[in-house]
Amino acid sequence: MLKLKKGVLLIDQHDKNYMYGGKFGGNFIPETLKKPIEDLTNLFGRLRYDKNFIKERDYYFKNYVGAPTPFIKLENLTKHLGGAQVYAKVVSKANGGAHKIYNAVVHALICKRAGKKYIVGDTGAGYAGKMLSMAAKKFGLKCKIFMGAKDIKRQKPNCDAMRKNGAEIVPVYSGSQTLVDAVSECMRYWVSNCDTTHMAVGSTVGPNIFIKICAWSTAQISRELIVQLKEEFGGVPKKLKLINCVGGGSSAAGFWNEFIDYNKSQVELIGVEAGGPKNSKLHAAPLTFGSKIGILHGAAQYVIQDKDGQIGETSSISAGLDYPGISPLHCFLKDTKRARYTSASDEEALQAYKLVSKLEDLSPSLEPSHAFAEAIKIAPKLSKDTIICVNSCGDAKKDRAIITKRLGFFR
Amino acid sequence: MISKINLAFSQCKKENRPALLTYTVAGDNTKKKSLEILNAIAPYVDILEIGIPHNTPVADGGQIQTSAYRAIKNGIKVKDIFKIVKQFKKNNLNKPVILMGYYNTIFQLGERSFLKHCKRSDVDGLIVVDLPWPENKNFANKCKKQSINFIQLLSPTTSDIRMKNIIKDSHDMVYYISMLSTTGGRLKVSAKEILKNYNKIKKINPKQNVVIGFGITEKTISSLTKADGLVVGSALCKTISGALSRGTNPVRTAENMVKKLRSKII
Repeated sequence: MLKLKKGVLLIDQHDKNYMYGGKFGGNFIPETLKKPIEDLTNLFGRLRYDKNFIKERDYYFKNYVGAPTPFIKLENLTKHLGGAQVYAKVVSKANGGAHKIYNAVVHALICKRAGKKYIVGDTGAGYAGKMLSMAAKKFGLKCKIFMGAKDIKRQKPNCDAMRKNGAEIVPVYSGSQTLVDAVSECMRYWVSNCDTTHMAVGSTVGPNIFIKICAWSTAQISRELIVQLKEEFGGVPKKLKLINCVGGGSSAAGFWNEFIDYNKSQVELIGVEAGGPKNSKLHAAPLTFGSKIGILHGAAQYVIQDKDGQIGETSSISAGLDYPGISPLHCFLKDTKRARYTSASDEEALQAYKLVSKLEDLSPSLEPSHAFAEAIKIAPKLSKDTIICVNSCGDAKKDRAIITKRLGFFR
Repeated sequence: MISKINLAFSQCKKENRPALLTYTVAGDNTKKKSLEILNAIAPYVDILEIGIPHNTPVADGGQIQTSAYRAIKNGIKVKDIFKIVKQFKKNNLNKPVILMGYYNTIFQLGERSFLKHCKRSDVDGLIVVDLPWPENKNFANKCKKQSINFIQLLSPTTSDIRMKNIIKDSHDMVYYISMLSTTGGRLKVSAKEILKNYNKIKKINPKQNVVIGFGITEKTISSLTKADGLVVGSALCKTISGALSRGTNPVRTAENMVKKLRSKII
């Protein structure tokens, strides 16, 4: 069995070929990208230990992103479920309404340090794109966002925000017209423009350096949480469950970062993938349904594919989770058995949204609604001294049309 | 033993011209048609590259994507591609064939099994777009043991030291990517600039066969005839797509285009 190293950040647990556990990650990239990726690897390798850079990051996280985001008890939901105490880390209160802001700000800061004026990125739910457009505006960078044509239709509010921030949205019509094609198209654009342009991959996927930058950025979530847990409970609770949705896996990687070294009997990490429509064979849950390892967007990972290695079609009500692969970091956490992965269907996510928004002053987007679905499932069976914390990593405003259509209301 | 790829280059050198390499996608638009296209263009081509269609091709532009998606939609499987090569080789025994694709295809079949299939169908070389040096060393050695050429790519972003290392670990041919672009981009750098980089590579090892690809069309090909070889891919795929959408015969259209290309480099 694969083993995690204690005292080493998860993102740094790779070998010289940038593979985690010898199986996941790496840099399966065209020759043209070798140099820009090496340059970025060196630059970030320096910056992450540069006191001034850290100071700058922390300044913008505090004064622009709005750190720390709230950690609240969901009293009514807890009472309703009648088991574990349910809390939420309301990351959706961050500027822009989701965790994608951390990665976007860090990429914009790196882009400036690299002396580049153009920044490009991919987006699924539109949050990564919206945040990158915000950060680009803030730091005076020209921004292009690649987005699947299907996602442009279903996530209109975020598209409007991107345009308002002065970003150009490039619709991607190839393949399934969702996130997977947006990432491919963005990488292609970077192949052609890597001399002038910085690329920000929107999640903990892609060539290794992008996984590192993203997880390093979202780690802010767990740095805040550990302080908040100590304030609330005087320490990390004896029975804690951290539940997070996983698509690419960026918010979960950040939510769990500080807790990896804890014994799993104390801090259990639970990832919830998109199970897709209840009566469909399609899903976006490669870990739950035992997909094989393959190469997608430059990295080896569990990925939905056929036996010829063609990437498979996915389906999820949540654009942000609608991705056939998953971060090599999560593949590694699964195979080391540090985290447990399960899935929630579209319908379960909708029901979770309904219950949470009814009982609490909280309107989680469809992505974290998957995580709430799991919390709702397990909380009643758990003891009262168990603490469940759900990362409510996105706000439902972008999903207004879908939720209204499916549930007949929106809160 | 001298490889067929090497023989093809020496023959072209004797004729004092660059080798003409084509790239078409296996199974585009059907298995049968793609074989017919290969057979029709072969007399005018020195080395044939055959693309293994993949549905998330991060280094391919619109033209090759269109061809690849069409081939996949029409049901092409990896094992059919080996059948196509085998059939082609029946009539074109000495014509070198290079398969070009992405590593996931090889990874899913298994490196050993993939090479066994290559050997059985008489594939001469492989280009794996997303398996760069040094990660490719292990697989490249496996290819060498099977007398299959592992062909590496060099690009305008490749550093000098890296270039030396790649060439040191190269087999009978290397592929220089003319510009920062996916396949099928408009040639955005001058022939002079491309040849400057090309000469840099030749200087490291004058005996190495170096071909230039990306952005090569009927219009641009004659400006680069100093190279050992020139690859035309997207332009050919575009022509095939055009014929298909007009309802004309893609086999004849492709053949005519390749004839024209050939006439421009003699």
